Amino acid sequence: MTTTSVLVVGASLGGLTVVEALRREGFSGSVTLLGAERHLPYDRPPLSKRVLLSAMEPSQTQLRPQSTLDQLHAELVLSDPAVCLDASRHEVKTASGRVLAADVIVLATGLVPRKLSGQDGLSGVYVLRTLDDALALKSALVPGKKLVVVGDGVLGTEIAATACSLGLAVTLVGPQSLPMRSQLGPLVGSCLGTLHSLRGVNLRLGTGVASLRSDSSVVTGVCLQSGEELSADLVVVAMGSLPATDWLAGSGLQIADGVVCDSRLRAAPNIYAVGDVARFSHEKLGSLVRLENRTNAVEQGLCVAANILGTDTPYLPVPYFWTDQFDVKIQVHGFVSADAEAVVVEGDPASGPFVVLYGSHGKVTGLCGWNAVRQIRQHRAHVMDGTAWQTIREQFPTK
Amino acid sequence: MRVIVDYPKCCGAGQCVMVAPKVFDQRDDGMVILLDETPPPELHRAVREAAIVCPGAAIRLEERAG
Repeated sequence: MTTTSVLVVGASLGGLTVVEALRREGFSGSVTLLGAERHLPYDRPPLSKRVLLSAMEPSQTQLRPQSTLDQLHAELVLSDPAVCLDASRHEVKTASGRVLAADVIVLATGLVPRKLSGQDGLSGVYVLRTLDDALALKSALVPGKKLVVVGDGVLGTEIAATACSLGLAVTLVGPQSLPMRSQLGPLVGSCLGTLHSLRGVNLRLGTGVASLRSDSSVVTGVCLQSGEELSADLVVVAMGSLPATDWLAGSGLQIADGVVCDSRLRAAPNIYAVGDVARFSHEKLGSLVRLENRTNAVEQGLCVAANILGTDTPYLPVPYFWTDQFDVKIQVHGFVSADAEAVVVEGDPASGPFVVLYGSHGKVTGLCGWNAVRQIRQHRAHVMDGTAWQTIREQFPTK
Repeated sequence: MRVIVDYPKCCGAGQCVMVAPKVFDQRDDGMVILLDETPPPELHRAVREAAIVCPGAAIRLEERAG
């Protein structure tokens, strides 16, 4: 079948990348990009950092100027969330009642933040996913206020660092023993905990939140599972997110922590998924993987566009993400798990820039750089090639 | 092709340097250094890839047809 029309559901980076790649490769059929939000496609990573710090105007997060979008000759439908997919008829219904049909449909609806029970309807409680979320939170980050951040992952720790820099009294709460332990392992997690403590973030780790406290529908604090109570003027809930798949119930697609896809990011014939919502079969790992980072959205968008055009390309990423916290940039290539072995191959974690390689099942699987942007480049090949872990151990015997 | 870097948007990932090392370099703090504002045709493909994968969306290209 020749593809004459493509509908992309989700007008963020992953969806936009599909459209741009299709046009770049010469696809001349009709393209529709459907978005739930009112904004033109924008970039999310700055939202928790430079937008909150007022170092970047919200308008600067827009991914492409209007003139560039116009050149895509795509129909851009905004402020109209998809509510239902008929996978056999290749039709999507939207909240406003539109019915959009296409030969190929790409699902790129992203994530919905997890919430605490009782959070809705309470003022002073924030999540951060969208530009509008960021603008609401930004106006609430007034120096001197008491902020509790619930969540010790990338987003929670970034928001804690940003708010602390802005002069709020910040407490970071989370179930892990160290911030970002599951993403960075204990060695780097420990450095991050020390950084936050030294800069004045109050850490309450190893305990979750039992409930929110409020008075007249205004949040006043949180009760921890440890029994401790923390008072707060505002609370940010950053406990992770869930793939935005509610609208796919009854579609016939397999939904299990995301849209389940094959190694070509295909969920069903001529239906693909990209970005945070896609849980794909990784041919080399032999397991289903779902990645929540910006690089993944771009690389999956490129892969899906190629597959729509008939190249039959498997998606085999070496993931990359970064986080900026205070004056530290942490960069991670590859796969890192908390129980992987870790070896410092450059610098000293006690005193400044350093690079750590991670090994698992006899091979190098990932690396992490701490303020080591130039240094990590020379070690990245070990991750790409899956260098034997023993080689690294012999080269860098641990003291 | 003309390469335009929006420096305040650079997040220091170094993806551009890995893809097109003849056109981009990095300072020690990660900020991009543009080595060649008008790269020769044989580098255009790599530069386009650098612009696509840039995590800060900081690289813009002006391309003329022909």
